[in-house]
Amino acid sequence: MIELGGLHSYLVVGAFLFCAGMACVLLKRNVIHMLMGIELIFNASAINFIAFDHFNSMELSGQLMSGQVMGLFVIVLAAAEAAVALALVLAMFQMIKTPNIDDMSKLKG
Amino acid sequence: MENNALLWIILFPLLSSIFIRLYGKGVGRKAVSLIACSSVGVSFVLAVYAVLAFASDHQVQVDHVFLWLRTDQLHTWFRLSLDSLSAVMICVITGVGTLIHVYSTGYMHHEKAFERYFAYLNLFMAMMLILVLADNFLLMFVGWEGVGLCSYLLIGFYYQDHKNADAGKKAFVVNRVGDFAFIVGLLSLFWALGTQAGVWSFDFAVIRDHISSISSVQILGLSAFTFISLMMFIGATGKSAQIPLYVWLPDAMAGPTPVSALIHAATMVTSGIYMICRLSFLFDAAPVTLEVISWIGGLTALFAATMALVQNDIKKVLAYSTVSQLGYMFLACGVGAYASGMFHVVTHAFFKALLFLGAGSVIHACSHEQDMRKMGGLRKSLPITFWIFVIGTLAISGMFPFAGFFSKDEILWQLWNHSKYLWFLAIFTAGLTSFYMFRCLFMTFWGECKLDASSKAALHESPPSMTIPLITLAVLSCVGGWVWWPGFMPLTQFFPHWLESSVIVRHPHGSHFAELLLTALSLLVALGSASMAYVFYVSNISLPQKCGAKCKALYKVFANLYYVDEIYEALFVRPCKSLSKSLSVFDQKYVDGFVNGMSKVLRLVVFIMGSIDRFIVDGLVHFFAYLTKTMGIWVQRIQNGHIQMYLAVLVTGVGFFIALYLGYFGL
Amino acid sequence: MLSSHILSWMTFTPLLGAVIVLMIPKCFEKAIKIVSLITTAIPLTMAVYLFQHFDRDQVGMQFMERHQWIPSFNIQYIMGTDGISVTMLMLTALLSFLCVIASWNIGKKVKGYFFLFLLLETGMMGVFAALDLFLFYIFWEVMLLPMYFLIGIWGGARREYAAIKFFIYTLVGSVFMLLGFLAIYFWGPSPHSFDMIVLGSQGGILSQGILFGLPMSKVVFLALFFGFAIKVPMFPFHTWLPDAHVEAPTAVSVILAGVLLKMGVYGVFRICYPFFPDAAQWFAPILAILAVINILYGGLCAMNQKDIKKLVAYSSVSHMGYCLLGLAAMTFMGLEGSLFQMFTHGTSTAMLFLLVGVIYDRAHTRGVNDFGGLASAMPKYTFVAMIAFFASMGLPGLSGFISEVFVLLGSFHADAHVIGFDQAFRGQNIFIICTIFAALGVVITAAYLLWTIQRVFLGSLPEKWSTLKDINTRELITLVPLAFLAIALGIYPMPILDLFHKTLSHFSQFLTAGG
Repeated sequence: MIELGGLHSYLVVGAFLFCAGMACVLLKRNVIHMLMGIELIFNASAINFIAFDHFNSMELSGQLMSGQVMGLFVIVLAAAEAAVALALVLAMFQMIKTPNIDDMSKLKG
Repeated sequence: MENNALLWIILFPLLSSIFIRLYGKGVGRKAVSLIACSSVGVSFVLAVYAVLAFASDHQVQVDHVFLWLRTDQLHTWFRLSLDSLSAVMICVITGVGTLIHVYSTGYMHHEKAFERYFAYLNLFMAMMLILVLADNFLLMFVGWEGVGLCSYLLIGFYYQDHKNADAGKKAFVVNRVGDFAFIVGLLSLFWALGTQAGVWSFDFAVIRDHISSISSVQILGLSAFTFISLMMFIGATGKSAQIPLYVWLPDAMAGPTPVSALIHAATMVTSGIYMICRLSFLFDAAPVTLEVISWIGGLTALFAATMALVQNDIKKVLAYSTVSQLGYMFLACGVGAYASGMFHVVTHAFFKALLFLGAGSVIHACSHEQDMRKMGGLRKSLPITFWIFVIGTLAISGMFPFAGFFSKDEILWQLWNHSKYLWFLAIFTAGLTSFYMFRCLFMTFWGECKLDASSKAALHESPPSMTIPLITLAVLSCVGGWVWWPGFMPLTQFFPHWLESSVIVRHPHGSHFAELLLTALSLLVALGSASMAYVFYVSNISLPQKCGAKCKALYKVFANLYYVDEIYEALFVRPCKSLSKSLSVFDQKYVDGFVNGMSKVLRLVVFIMGSIDRFIVDGLVHFFAYLTKTMGIWVQRIQNGHIQMYLAVLVTGVGFFIALYLGYFGL
Repeated sequence: MLSSHILSWMTFTPLLGAVIVLMIPKCFEKAIKIVSLITTAIPLTMAVYLFQHFDRDQVGMQFMERHQWIPSFNIQYIMGTDGISVTMLMLTALLSFLCVIASWNIGKKVKGYFFLFLLLETGMMGVFAALDLFLFYIFWEVMLLPMYFLIGIWGGARREYAAIKFFIYTLVGSVFMLLGFLAIYFWGPSPHSFDMIVLGSQGGILSQGILFGLPMSKVVFLALFFGFAIKVPMFPFHTWLPDAHVEAPTAVSVILAGVLLKMGVYGVFRICYPFFPDAAQWFAPILAILAVINILYGGLCAMNQKDIKKLVAYSSVSHMGYCLLGLAAMTFMGLEGSLFQMFTHGTSTAMLFLLVGVIYDRAHTRGVNDFGGLASAMPKYTFVAMIAFFASMGLPGLSGFISEVFVLLGSFHADAHVIGFDQAFRGQNIFIICTIFAALGVVITAAYLLWTIQRVFLGSLPEKWSTLKDINTRELITLVPLAFLAIALGIYPMPILDLFHKTLSHFSQFLTAGG
């Protein structure tokens, strides 16, 4: 019996968010939408980290709370990445004037 | 017996040729004529000297010049040797050659490329002398091909007209086909001797000593003797214009007439017979080949004679006649009568050269008209030419006591004792020979002059430079046969005794009475044909009175034949004429056409091969380049710059590995 | 001092000259040409010295030099010459010198041209003189790159195609050659060595061992042979030759036909045969058949050509077939014929290409049907051309005849010595049949060469060519030595034959005894 509110629930939420984010990245054409998807992925991973920490840390590392520290890391990383990505997107947008990802294929072989 | 004159016999014409070729234009025509003629003349004197030395020593004269080739087993010298056979040949070559050189100074007087002509003619002399004086096969082959080269150069002398150049090329290529067979024969001989007797040599003397050791060898299913001699014979058919390789000789008339006289009558074309006589020991051991030779010789003689009957170009008549006479010589060799064959070579050289030079004199006088139908009645304007032509015609028809009589009858006598069929073939051909030669004589010198006005006005007898050689050759055609009288006459048989030391000589066993009968028969045949010729080409058109007054006795004979003649006309002559005409047309369109058609087929094959090479073999190379490029293009498509595609692939891959990890693929 | 290092001097003097040429500013074209001339004349005089002082009675290597080079891999710098390579060294020196004279009127980029040409000569000399496999391979590759540029920059209309085709094709062969060398090094007799003399006198190396299911010696032999066969060129690896020859400038064509083609045969002589005599005997009948195909196929293709240079190229294919046939025979006469054919074909085909160059310089066309009657306009040229054509045809009295006759004689009695396939095959008659077909080449060669003479020199002269100037002195200087050699060697071939007599008699005994 899967208990409500246990580890599984959080993992499911995290997985759901991850898939949603993945879907955004892969299926959306607008770059901004892709970035939003990436944010979702980041947050999904953060949920996973914290959930694991909360439910398992008692037995494992006790006082370390490494999962929650990783959560903070993720937030910072997300922010940094968002900044850089948005900067890149802005530069690209100024060049090609459209947010369509299909037009940004200059690195083809 | 060492005799250094032999090398100089060759060197004089050779050096003269080189000098004239390089500096001829600078020293002027008189000097060129002098140098050219005197070099050959000196050769003649040296040749006589060498022959006399041989005769007095009774030993083969040898001249070691230098060691030419040395390999592991083979030691071949550049060495000249004079034995009785080559003695005969060099006397004929240098003697007749000198006369023709002198003749050419007159005939080629108007020619722009005077110097080039004499350079090549001298070169030819040198090459021919190398051929006959060589004491080993390789050196002989140098001469063999050398005369082919000079023949090519001289036939195509007037190269500005491409037909002449064509004729020269045809001669060389057809000769080369024969040479291919010759080379194969050489290789086989060398190999057979080497592996059986441990003797690796090309020297004639060495080969003769060891020839019996190869009797057990088989090459491609034939006995070695048969195979080698057959190959050599095919080589000879190329050089000496027999079936099937005679087609170049009529075309070779495109060259200047003295060239035809020297090369295609007296010397080069006889090198095949010389070779067979030189190797008489080999051919005697291969009876199959001898059969082949005799039949081919006989058939060629007949075939060519029938063709000569309908030619209107005077030189073509003589050309076909040469082929026919060469057939006679081969016929003789084929029945083992090598000495008779050589005898006919000598006499034929005299009278055929005479006839050709006479024809040249006629052509020269008629402003280069060669069609006999446009000639006629020239005997008044060209008396000397006329008389020597008569002598030549008589000689070739085998009339007593001219040269041709003795040689032809010797051959006929040998044939009678060997095969009656061949004898009949030969004597029939003799009849034809007489007929067409007299026809030629009559058409040219009798009747009304059919030349156009300007040529008629320019008619003149040839200058002494031309007539003196003619007269000399005429004298030779008269007395040249007196070295071998038939057995029933108690006179000299010098020639076969002379040749005995180097060639197998056969004296057939037959009664003198039979020989006498046969000789008489052949004379009758010749005379009969001559009469027929007279009837056809004179009686119908011209002056019975004058001719009758000139030759009373002949006239009676002709008159009798005249009646029979109408019957013959209905029963034999008209069908015979049409037959010979269709044979000649057959020759031109089909036999020669076959040769020309082969070259067209060859060009088609060659075109196909070129296309195969370009499209298939080279195409494969292109295909590999194409393959590499195409694969590159495919692989290139993965990098299309679309981030989402990259990500999708990434995700799929990760998913795949997770599934793997979780054990979904049984791993 | 000089004589002991003469081979190194011969090899590297052109390199020195190339460096000097690099330093001359490109506006001094005359100076560049004179320097090149002197630089190629020096190896020529050394070649004459070699000819004089070569000991004809000695079997082994002469003028040897040996130094350690890369000791960790036992690679040495060994130079030496014996009967087989001395004629090639002489030929290379002579042809390079004549080609510099023939290249006098190169229009563009003179400096680059002569630099590359001198580099090429170094490579060629080195290939013939080197006696260490590694050194051999280096010189072989040094030779390839200048050829690529020479054809690709100074060539004709399709020069880039021809250059790349030549380069890649030969390089593929070189790759196989390198693999063979490595196999010899690593699996050969220990101590591992690239020394050709040591390896060649073993009587057959790599005789044990299986590679890809076949005996190792045969596989390595085939790999090496493939590399050399492309160079020869042997059917069906010959398609690079017509394009390369046609597009290359005159002097480069001469070097290509006169020297480079011989390297293939030389490689077989020097490497394939001494190292693997048993494999050589096994391969000989196949080689004989391929050689005959070369002769006949090359000749027939030549007949179909409309471009004179392509015709001569195919005739080279045909003539090299004789070299291969002599090789296949493995008898003394066959080998001697093959070597002599290398020398005489070098001279006669060089003459042919030089002659084509003369007419192309004047008429700017090479089509056989464009000409006719040139004998009227250019008599001296025709005279030299006749000598060249008849020498190529193998007319007795000229040098080509002797080499062809030796090859035919040698290969006709080859089966007296050589073991054919396994005994089940009728190895008995195959050489006889091959030789008979090869003799047919005599007729075919005569046919197409005479036909060419007729179309180009005889007949009537078209109006447009009536103003053509006859051959000038500079061109005559390039042609006369070769014509002289063709005639002189035909009459008196002993000077050259003597050079390799002793070496070859020892070599042929070695070949037929081993395996």
